[in-house]
Amino acid sequence: MSGTNTGPAYTGSYLQDYGSRRGLMAWLTTTDHKRIGIMYMVVMFSFFAIAVLLGLLIRLELMNPGLQFVTARVYNSLFTLHGVIMIFLFIVPGIPAVMGNFILPLHLGADDVSFPKLNLASWYIYMVGALMALASLFVGGGVPDTGWTFYAPYALRSNTNVSLAVLAAFVLGFSSILTGMNFITTIHRLRAPGMSFFRMPLFCWGLYATAWIQVIATPVVGITLLLVVMERSLGIGFFDPARGGDPILYQHLFWIYSHPVVYVMILPAMGVVSEILPTFSGRTIFGYRAIALSSMAIALVGYVVWAHHMFTTGISDTARWIFSLLTFLVAIPTGIKVFNWMATLYRGSIRIEVPLLYALGFVFLFSIGGLTGLVNGALATDIHVHDTAFIVGHFHYTMFGGAGIGFFAALHYWWPKVWGRMYNRKRAMWAWGLIMVGFNTLYFPMLVLGIMGMPRRYADYLPKFHTPHLISTIGSWIIFAGMALMFFNLIRAIKHGAKAPDNPWGGTTLEWQTTSPPPQLNFATPPVVTTGPYDHTALRAAAAREARP
Amino acid sequence: MSAVSKPMEAQAAHHEHRDDEGSKTGMWLFLFTEVLLFGGLFIIYAVYRHRFGTEFHEAAHELNKVMGVTNTFVLLTSSLTMVLSVGALQRRQVAASLRWLWVTFGLACCFLVIKFFEWSAKHHHGIWPGGEHLHSMPSGEGLFYNLYFMMTGLHGIHVLIGMVVMAVVAARISSGHINGDRFGALEYTGLYWHLVDLVWIFLLPLFYLTN
Amino acid sequence: MHDSHTTAGHAASGHGHGGHGHGGHGDAKHAPVPQRVFILVWVALLVLTAVTVAASVGFPGRVGIGVAMIVTPIKAALILMWFMHLKYEKPVFKFMFLSAMVVLAIVMGLTFFDYSFLGEGGYGRSI
Repeated sequence: MSGTNTGPAYTGSYLQDYGSRRGLMAWLTTTDHKRIGIMYMVVMFSFFAIAVLLGLLIRLELMNPGLQFVTARVYNSLFTLHGVIMIFLFIVPGIPAVMGNFILPLHLGADDVSFPKLNLASWYIYMVGALMALASLFVGGGVPDTGWTFYAPYALRSNTNVSLAVLAAFVLGFSSILTGMNFITTIHRLRAPGMSFFRMPLFCWGLYATAWIQVIATPVVGITLLLVVMERSLGIGFFDPARGGDPILYQHLFWIYSHPVVYVMILPAMGVVSEILPTFSGRTIFGYRAIALSSMAIALVGYVVWAHHMFTTGISDTARWIFSLLTFLVAIPTGIKVFNWMATLYRGSIRIEVPLLYALGFVFLFSIGGLTGLVNGALATDIHVHDTAFIVGHFHYTMFGGAGIGFFAALHYWWPKVWGRMYNRKRAMWAWGLIMVGFNTLYFPMLVLGIMGMPRRYADYLPKFHTPHLISTIGSWIIFAGMALMFFNLIRAIKHGAKAPDNPWGGTTLEWQTTSPPPQLNFATPPVVTTGPYDHTALRAAAAREARP
Repeated sequence: MSAVSKPMEAQAAHHEHRDDEGSKTGMWLFLFTEVLLFGGLFIIYAVYRHRFGTEFHEAAHELNKVMGVTNTFVLLTSSLTMVLSVGALQRRQVAASLRWLWVTFGLACCFLVIKFFEWSAKHHHGIWPGGEHLHSMPSGEGLFYNLYFMMTGLHGIHVLIGMVVMAVVAARISSGHINGDRFGALEYTGLYWHLVDLVWIFLLPLFYLTN
Repeated sequence: MHDSHTTAGHAASGHGHGGHGHGGHGDAKHAPVPQRVFILVWVALLVLTAVTVAASVGFPGRVGIGVAMIVTPIKAALILMWFMHLKYEKPVFKFMFLSAMVVLAIVMGLTFFDYSFLGEGGYGRSI
């Protein structure tokens, strides 16, 4: 464990160096969960920026019918790379590795995660995976063009760098497993005295459910991806129809992981929203246990719905209706969450602040994502919309509108805690407005295009699809402007922002009881918990006591 | 206590503050990932056995049952010696613990040697992933052998990793870093080793006893 | 000795506040299981292996496979319970292990909703 550092900086901000190392080396060798969270943040947002640019290029190519900027082959590489980076490098590890690392021990009242060294190792493994993914661009056969799903048999035949990209995904998965193990153990072992499981903040519940998916689902895709490499190098034939193998089996194994992993993306974001809504409603969350347990329910049900990605592949009819039925079950725990959130807002003393705006944006966009998901989950309509732009629109509403916007909400909620600085409120609101408008302008036309019959992953299209494509591309510029403004505002705040108080939002969870930014070991005195996580009455009583002369 | 120098004191503190149950939780979580890793292969096996039942039976005839069963005996015994090693260290019988650990190591080695002869016999006949004979087999039999090599191969890698870990742990027991008060590392190595054994228990009937 | 170390530890490392993370000996360790228990388990494992092999040689086909399908999980349980100490662990470990196994079993079972029913309704893929 890490905490053997003693010295004068013991109570100082974690951002100051302590111990014998200074500067960059102090960061690269740290086992402090907060610093590791920041290291993830820096790397991930760099990759996010790259993938956003690739996305802009895709939209630019699709602005007009015909091929203007790239060939069909380069277009294939563009969307593959956009998908691989966004999925494996940003959105899957995103909230857990960045905000989870930073906030989880603070939420639990611990001074670090259970295995700090392993935590740092996870970061390095992530970096190795990321560099392998980058290397696949420049060496050998060039950028993979299979799409992020690496479907057999094309992934077995493609002459591009599929093997390296697949290995990169394997390594990234390993990093994700280690983070998951760390979080589960931390939650089991390092809760503050008095904090029972049902007194944990809901963000921790989200991370807990997520961590279980990471631990139980990731190895399956790990072995599957390794087998793809073996297949490419030795021709073992598991997924190769020419050797008696079944390419559909690859899809089964791939989605056995990759469907649950959708919930790895969304559960932490739901946790973030469950933190923000009670804080800005000035009251406890409605239906705490229902929200906490629905996270576990989503994780569990998430395991048994994977084949809804394969309705049109020729899987058996029995499998089709069973998986369709199971898919609809996911709507239940998700609905429980949304209704409880709304009930939390009802009659709350709502303060409109930037994190709340993002949280509400999440609820709105994710609801569209969830409802369009039901369209795909129904057998008959799925035949119509499968592999169309409708799917692209749907999963961007869930992943970006859900997990991505949830991530932005988390950034705005905890930024003052992380850096000890406030960002510009007005500018942040403008950015939020641009993002929300841009988002819907960008992705809603895709839903329409899909219904009209526009296939996904095509560089060119018929003239009748032109107008929605044009609108969508204009939307991509608006949301880009919004995100640029948002990041400018956040980054500027680190240096120039006003000093943040310890508890700028009137939050009730433990992270607000320590200083902003927190000291190296998180709490000057170890906290003891006597109530549930969102007890605003106690907070108000304490404030009243202090106000009294 | 006050006479102890600063780094020692830190080490002592470290010692008392270790969370054994936390470490054990982490180890079990790791074992789950191992189970699921092999689980993916078991799913593939199940699917192809379902589809190519006859070919699987034909192909399994060619595997050397005696070697498979002998290796089961070796691995089961190594699991016993491993657990005896942990038990001995808990009773502070360091020499006995080390002895059992090295016996375990020897048995693991023995397992790999038998495996090596088994594989090379197959290799000799061109039955090897990417090998000529294997390629010319009917699909079902080819899949059987490829599964055989992937699963026993992955298992063999785990045996090898286990041996490395055992050697490191043995050295640390000799140097006193792992002892009767803190034997977590040995205990977790044991857990890992039993899991390797556990996987083999399933591999035996799936490959050697399929006819 | 214990107490003095713990207090010093708090000052020196700041790790592990109050109610958790301390005293690994107390809550995680038990009196060691007698060694002869392990030897008995080992004998049982060997006998069960012999039974499986004998069944597969003596009654190839259904019976042999059936015996293997019954005996192998019993062997696995013996290893888990005694060698891996699961019998003596807290319920939370048993629960976690069981959950992981249940998930694997469900996933495997659901996969067969595809493979067992291929061919019906004209959608089956024939390979």
